Amino acid sequence: MKPQMINATPSRRSVLKGLTAGGALAVGGFPGFLQAQSSAPIKLGFQLHRTGIGAAYGRWYERTTQAALKRLNEAGGINGRPVEVIFEDDGTDPKRGSEVVEKLASQHGCDAIFGPLFSHVVIGSAPRAGELKVPYLVCSEGFHVASGMLNRWTLQPGITDVRAQVTAMAPWVTQTLGKKVTMVFPDYAFGHDHRDFFTAAVEAQGGEVIAQLAIPPTETSFTRYFPRIPAETEVLYHVMVGPAVLTFVKELGEFYGSGEKPQIFGFIDSLEAVDLASPGLEFLEGTHFWEGQCRTQQPDATEAEIAYRAAVGVDANGASVADPKDISTYSHMFSCWETLFILKAGMEAAGYQSTADRKKLVEAIEAMTTMSAGTEHPQGDKRFNGKTHQVFGHQFISRVEGGKLIRVHTTSLEDGMYDDMVDYTTQSF
Amino acid sequence: MKALALHLALIGALLAVQVVLPPYHYTNVARVMVLAVYAMGYNIAFGYTGLLSLGHALFFAAGMYATGLAVHSAPALLALPLGMLAGAAMALAVGLLALRTAGVAFMIVTLMFAQAGYLTILYYGPVTGGDEGFVLAREARMLAGLDLSADGPRYLTALAIFGVALLANLALVRSGFGRVMVAMRENEERSRMLGYDPFRTKLIALTLSGLYSGTAGAAYALMFGYVGASFAAIQYSILPLLWVLLGGAGTVLGPFFGALLMFYLIDLSSSVTDASNLVVGVALLVLVLFAPKGILGTIRERGARWLP
Amino acid sequence: MAAVLALTAVGLSLVFGVMRVVNVAHGEFFMLGAVAAWFVTSWMPGPPWLGFVATLLLAPLAVAAVAALADRLVLKRLNYDPEATIVATIGLLYILQQAALSLYGPDARPVPAPFELRLQLPWFGYSGYKLFVVAAAGLVLLAVWLIMTRSRIGLVMRATQIDRPTAQAFGIDVDRVYAGVFAMGAGLAAIAAVLIVPIQQAHYLMGGDPLLLSFIVVIIGGLGSLRGTLVAALLIGLSDGVISVFYAPTLAKILATLFVALVLVFRPQGLFGAKA
Repeated sequence: MKPQMINATPSRRSVLKGLTAGGALAVGGFPGFLQAQSSAPIKLGFQLHRTGIGAAYGRWYERTTQAALKRLNEAGGINGRPVEVIFEDDGTDPKRGSEVVEKLASQHGCDAIFGPLFSHVVIGSAPRAGELKVPYLVCSEGFHVASGMLNRWTLQPGITDVRAQVTAMAPWVTQTLGKKVTMVFPDYAFGHDHRDFFTAAVEAQGGEVIAQLAIPPTETSFTRYFPRIPAETEVLYHVMVGPAVLTFVKELGEFYGSGEKPQIFGFIDSLEAVDLASPGLEFLEGTHFWEGQCRTQQPDATEAEIAYRAAVGVDANGASVADPKDISTYSHMFSCWETLFILKAGMEAAGYQSTADRKKLVEAIEAMTTMSAGTEHPQGDKRFNGKTHQVFGHQFISRVEGGKLIRVHTTSLEDGMYDDMVDYTTQSF
Repeated sequence: MKALALHLALIGALLAVQVVLPPYHYTNVARVMVLAVYAMGYNIAFGYTGLLSLGHALFFAAGMYATGLAVHSAPALLALPLGMLAGAAMALAVGLLALRTAGVAFMIVTLMFAQAGYLTILYYGPVTGGDEGFVLAREARMLAGLDLSADGPRYLTALAIFGVALLANLALVRSGFGRVMVAMRENEERSRMLGYDPFRTKLIALTLSGLYSGTAGAAYALMFGYVGASFAAIQYSILPLLWVLLGGAGTVLGPFFGALLMFYLIDLSSSVTDASNLVVGVALLVLVLFAPKGILGTIRERGARWLP
Repeated sequence: MAAVLALTAVGLSLVFGVMRVVNVAHGEFFMLGAVAAWFVTSWMPGPPWLGFVATLLLAPLAVAAVAALADRLVLKRLNYDPEATIVATIGLLYILQQAALSLYGPDARPVPAPFELRLQLPWFGYSGYKLFVVAAAGLVLLAVWLIMTRSRIGLVMRATQIDRPTAQAFGIDVDRVYAGVFAMGAGLAAIAAVLIVPIQQAHYLMGGDPLLLSFIVVIIGGLGSLRGTLVAALLIGLSDGVISVFYAPTLAKILATLFVALVLVFRPQGLFGAKA
């Protein structure tokens, strides 16, 4: 498709735009107009789960982004221009999500939009972002981007997707914990991704998933499902999300109690924003978790990570410095920080001036490959696949010891990689 | 005559206003028109016939999924009527069972059917995409040559569907059958004695209501390119009830103004305060305390008795 | 679970039975009870059981006060018109949810159980606290039943339920009865929440599920019938569990839901309600 395609036909809107621009020219003259363009702040929209089911994440996503924004502006902004982030609540609802994308792009005139976490919001909003031709950078860890379901304007450069996370876990789990695995997961798309990709990855490692327990999404009590876990299970793999997760973990603890139990491996998604020292969670002692970034500060933490922690306001236990009971969503929220700096890198590489350069911005991000660890990437180095619009980072496995998460394994970038399922760069804008 | 002129004037105004609407509102008014069709459908059952259902999301979702899934392999021109029929058929099936009950029991039965429908969508994840849903490709959203992913055609399509639905609604409530519907709401026993079959009347009204809901769901899928389970959740059964009550139950124009007002209430409150739910809650209380008949209902009471 | 469900549902059933009001905000009173429990236990010094006892007294009272206020300010002015009260309680639901989100936050927070006791059976363990919950819920239900059938207050309530104008003619202050019933219904939901919250957690969106379930229970049991509500709570709890032994859990939910709907269709008066 030719580049001038965006405004090829004089639509109602471009006519209006032309009129306004004409007016500006008449009043201020051409040089003044250019001047206003180059020193005005860059506006970024943040699609925030402030209310609804995603609110616990949303709050930390906002804090992280504010901290990153402060750092970014202190260091001179983007292309010398200050940066402004406009937060808009989507209620963690796909319909409102798509309206929010519209609002940020059309009404606020944002240069790009980022930040949504929940998959159904991302999938519900991405079509609108594509229609409006606005770069849409999601922080969702969903497999929806790399699966080829979305569009040229939607990218996930800040966080590894669930397929890669799960695949990277299988070698260590089968080699260290055991080969006969029982999986417990929520019976919807997020859980199904875990089921499908982990089952395949375990089989590739010579292990076997002997039972799969899908829990209905509306469930609030889980005790009656546990007797279905086969007795010969060596590893119990659990991943739950939503407000009932803590109940799930506690009831699992009651079920096994002090009796004989399999090795337990879980995704920290179950316990994001939850204190591991909560009553009823004692049985987690000695079990293992996937982490996207280590909540408990490790002895070998990098300088960049320590600075990141301080900037966001998180203590060494992963809680807010203002309130030790307020636990962060540490394994996910770094994606907001990194995504903001990727926008900076992309805009600077593209020589971004105005919304007319949005296409160049997407192309600049697609051209990215390795991202090295540091202030801009406190979670660690990553490799970006421009074709699938998906980034791959290191994953961590931690063991609970004395209520703290101690890292025992770090995966390599290659552990999580899989064959490309899409080449977005061949799609039209 | 006055009524017909008023409704035509609204359609005309919506046609005219698109020239001046800024882009953001351009899309949103299109969205509100589609949702207003849903609300009108709800109003046929609730406002006119007195059937308080909490399961209309099932009919909306039936239309949405039927069209969304069909459009993978069929042209949109075929998928759209399929979705409309799916909504009507679902309402007919639910009605055959649920209309054996009345009042609060009817409300709960419809709620249960809708909940079962919602869970079914989640259960057949490989087909429906579960809670995540799926997007419709741009090529699939071409309705007889109109690209529904572009703003202009989308607005005009929404207006066309809305206009037809509005005028059909007007014709319905002014017909003999429309009066029988109202009679059911006011006094079922008496209408039965006058020789009308309550079950049949209510079943037809509910099916028509399902047709409207399915149409809205199908149109929504094509226009906004997304099909997802959240539209089948209980929240989307409560929303049309709110729109209808806000605009005025038992008025033809009420659902549109209810949906429009509710949208802007949420939209504007979210820019003023973080606590947008609070604003909505307070607005509902104020409304129900001081204008219990809704906007149009209150206007009708205060003089404009000819309002249909 | 069934015991707590019964408790919540009885509250809803009372309100509906006496006042003919469908209280959509009932689940939010449940949520408020749980949130109140979190506040009380985290501020109360001393051992967990002390905080728990304090919660059990304070939370229902606080929630009942909120409910009475809502009744006086809103519902009474609506003359308890069925449709208007549905809208009003939906409005109330939004307000309470937002209040909880703003003042309490979006996290699910745990509340310590008054005692930790695990019954270790050879093949799996069971929480002693859960058995306590069943017993406590049973006691509360018994108390409600006694109040309704044996006390003057109960008599007044039943009189108002059966024939409002006549009750009024006999000098019963119907407004006060209504406010009392609404508060009591909310208080029962709060007690249920306080009992359950050490098992689950306090979360601002937790009101949805109990609302749905107790609606079902109330309808199945027959409107306003306490005995029916109890049996229905057990039935629902069990049918869900039994079906899930044979089918995939989500499929079990679907079948259980359809089953409940069909019971309603073919016995619209509920299992124990009087013939209409």
